[in-house]
Amino acid sequence: MSELLNTPERLTPDTFLRGLWQENPVFTMLLGMCPVLAVTGTTLNALAMGLATTFVLVGSSLLVSLLRHWIPKQVRIASYIVIIATFVTLVDYAIQAISLELYAALGAFIQLIVVNCVILGRAEAYASKQRLHTTFVNSLGMGLGFSLALLALGTVREILGQGTLLGVPVLPEGFQPWVIMALPPGGFFVLGSWLLVFNWLGPRRARRDLVASGATIHVR
Amino acid sequence: MANRGIAIRTSPHLKRVLTVDQIMRGVILALLPIAAWSVWQFGLSVLLLLLTTTGVAALTEWALARAAGQGNTLQNGSVIITGLLLGLTLPPGFPLWMAAVAACIGVALGKWLFGGLGYNVMNPALVGRAFVQAAFPKAIATWSPPFAPGRFTEPIPSTLTPPFMQPIPIADWIKGLELDAWTGATPLAVQRFQHLETPVWDLFAGTVAGSAGETSALLILICGLWLAWQRMLDWRIPASVMAGAVFIALPFWLIDPGLYPSPAFVLCSGGLMLGAWFMASDMVASPVTPAGVVIYGLFIGVLTVLIRLFGGLVEGVMYAILIANALSPWVSDWTQPRVYGSKGRGRADGQPSD
Amino acid sequence: MASLATESHPEVGTSSRMEGAVGELHRAIPQADRSAPKPPGYAVSPLRLLLALGGVALFAGLAVSLVDQLTAPIIAEQYRLRTEQAVFGVLPGATQLRALHLSANGIAEGAPSVKGEMPLYAAYDPAGKLLGIAIIGSGAGYAGPVQAMFAYRPDCRCITASKVLRSNETPGFGDRLGVDPEFLENFRALDARLNAEGTGLAHPIVAVRHGTKTEPWQIDALAGATISSRALARAADSAANRAIPWIERNIDRLNSP
Repeated sequence: MSELLNTPERLTPDTFLRGLWQENPVFTMLLGMCPVLAVTGTTLNALAMGLATTFVLVGSSLLVSLLRHWIPKQVRIASYIVIIATFVTLVDYAIQAISLELYAALGAFIQLIVVNCVILGRAEAYASKQRLHTTFVNSLGMGLGFSLALLALGTVREILGQGTLLGVPVLPEGFQPWVIMALPPGGFFVLGSWLLVFNWLGPRRARRDLVASGATIHVR
Repeated sequence: MANRGIAIRTSPHLKRVLTVDQIMRGVILALLPIAAWSVWQFGLSVLLLLLTTTGVAALTEWALARAAGQGNTLQNGSVIITGLLLGLTLPPGFPLWMAAVAACIGVALGKWLFGGLGYNVMNPALVGRAFVQAAFPKAIATWSPPFAPGRFTEPIPSTLTPPFMQPIPIADWIKGLELDAWTGATPLAVQRFQHLETPVWDLFAGTVAGSAGETSALLILICGLWLAWQRMLDWRIPASVMAGAVFIALPFWLIDPGLYPSPAFVLCSGGLMLGAWFMASDMVASPVTPAGVVIYGLFIGVLTVLIRLFGGLVEGVMYAILIANALSPWVSDWTQPRVYGSKGRGRADGQPSD
Repeated sequence: MASLATESHPEVGTSSRMEGAVGELHRAIPQADRSAPKPPGYAVSPLRLLLALGGVALFAGLAVSLVDQLTAPIIAEQYRLRTEQAVFGVLPGATQLRALHLSANGIAEGAPSVKGEMPLYAAYDPAGKLLGIAIIGSGAGYAGPVQAMFAYRPDCRCITASKVLRSNETPGFGDRLGVDPEFLENFRALDARLNAEGTGLAHPIVAVRHGTKTEPWQIDALAGATISSRALARAADSAANRAIPWIERNIDRLNSP
């Protein structure tokens, strides 16, 4: 797929689904690790961060795609950054207006969405070369893939670290919380475990596909 | 070899060849008296604790070695040491399920993630302990009294906590024992917060509270010295750990003996002895050069005492050793001896140093 | 901008599949330089660069100021609500709030406008009687500063409540500062009398190890969270030392809402 990106892509289900699984920004491309590790202590924070990032990603990608013929190559990065920063500022105001508690919990990581490489990467690698509707679908898929990954970390960390899900106790009375999961090291542990799962599933799937296509696999 | 006639070997021609298996067996043998004393002191709970950590560590090792295609690595015995050491560093009434978590994480994360025996960056037992220290900070700071009556017939209540549940409180159990002098604090905590030193002889003989295997400095010293005499342990590591600890503790003690602990107390309290003799000396995770070993040991000793005196924790041996473990490849690199016949310092891989 | 658009799409009627690529080609090599052997994309007129950046910046400015206009009142209201909730939380029974601030010259009306000024909130009951003054202080904790609000009641010259506003303390340990009932008991009547000269506290507010509280100006630390407890004590001490002398000097002014 990647070698075709300089020509407009036809809209297929894959345009959307790539971001969720095959090119998942977190589990496959390992992009945007900063918020992934920092604000996934609880499910709510992870969800808010994921949606905020998705909004910025979709909004900036659409604008970049819209302006792709007008922005000269020399100033494209500067333009993209200004566009992304604009959307981040909007999100920043919006979250403050919605909930100060959430704003305090996400802290500087809202403003730091501007340096999330998933977004600049999408603008540079996809939106600047693709038509509006495929850009919308693709960046939405990427954003949701990012949100899903954050949720995957956030739920595990909140359940293990506090015994709750979205603040509601889900485990029996007397459950011993794993304090480390709510702390920064927990982010690394859970991310590592998820990557382990994905790396274990990925090759198995690829092998199955290969076998299905008639290839012979030599296993050690 | 005998039926193949003359054995022809390339150098080095050692008079005595110590294999990994022999060394590991020696270390296990040296740990057994310490474990036995611990069981005598704290009873059934420690026996269950040691069996759990060793069993789970062995099980994890077996599964991961198979998954890594290395066959059965249990017989080299290193994982038994990991399990035993881990058990000895935990509080006697530590819930068994948490001990199992520690053993599993220690072997998986501390050892097999890096490729198994010989590749571990840090001491696996301490990695496991560091994990549960961060995950269950309350349970790992709950101490139970030594020589409790009836300790061989019933375990400490918190030991048999159901998996994933909070530890069963032991306050009522301790009240039922009717001990007068029990405050729930280890000698280290008493020194830190009330500036009262437990008599050094009690620490030496091991009649105090603490982690399961760290109480008797004397026993650890004897077992460690035996290992060193058998050349299964580099004596320079524990010696320099202790030297480093004394070096940093002495000036403070001389300035204000009422506030700071005496060097003898520093050496005999907490996990310093056990750490110095059995954990800092981990062959894989310590530097390989003679000078490096000394720097490494001094660093552990100094850092331990600094954490104890000024850090947020009362005991610093574990973090000191883990940090030193992480630094030891660097230390090895800095302290490469000069390659014979060359000018300047060489490197172990034969490349000129940069 | 319109002329630029037509320049980018000279070939009308090519298949949609090719449109983007061709468009990009023409964008990369402007018409005038097509014969020159320069690398593609290196000769765009500065005016075009300026236009592109300026356009993007114009859009950014418009969007940000529009959303700022829309959200500013909501955000201000949110902050006001948060402060009100915190103050009414530490001074139960209060229904009116008067924002004040403490600068180097003393207590003045209104929220602080300059950095370094300390916010104060005088709270009154429905009858207009002064219930107490909420003061804010912070102290270094285990993982960063602990910021808290304290309720000072002039009638008993003591601190009667605390609320942690911001902290990064360890979950399960230091974060119990705000919820542990036994710990909150410390603030039932924490002594905050001034010294004879009225320049500072008679007794500094200090945290002591769990179970060793003997004096009314001491805070009995949380078991296992001595450092966090000390941070809160330091926050209370610094806030009280700075604000209470001024409060006592201006008590008549504060008594009338």
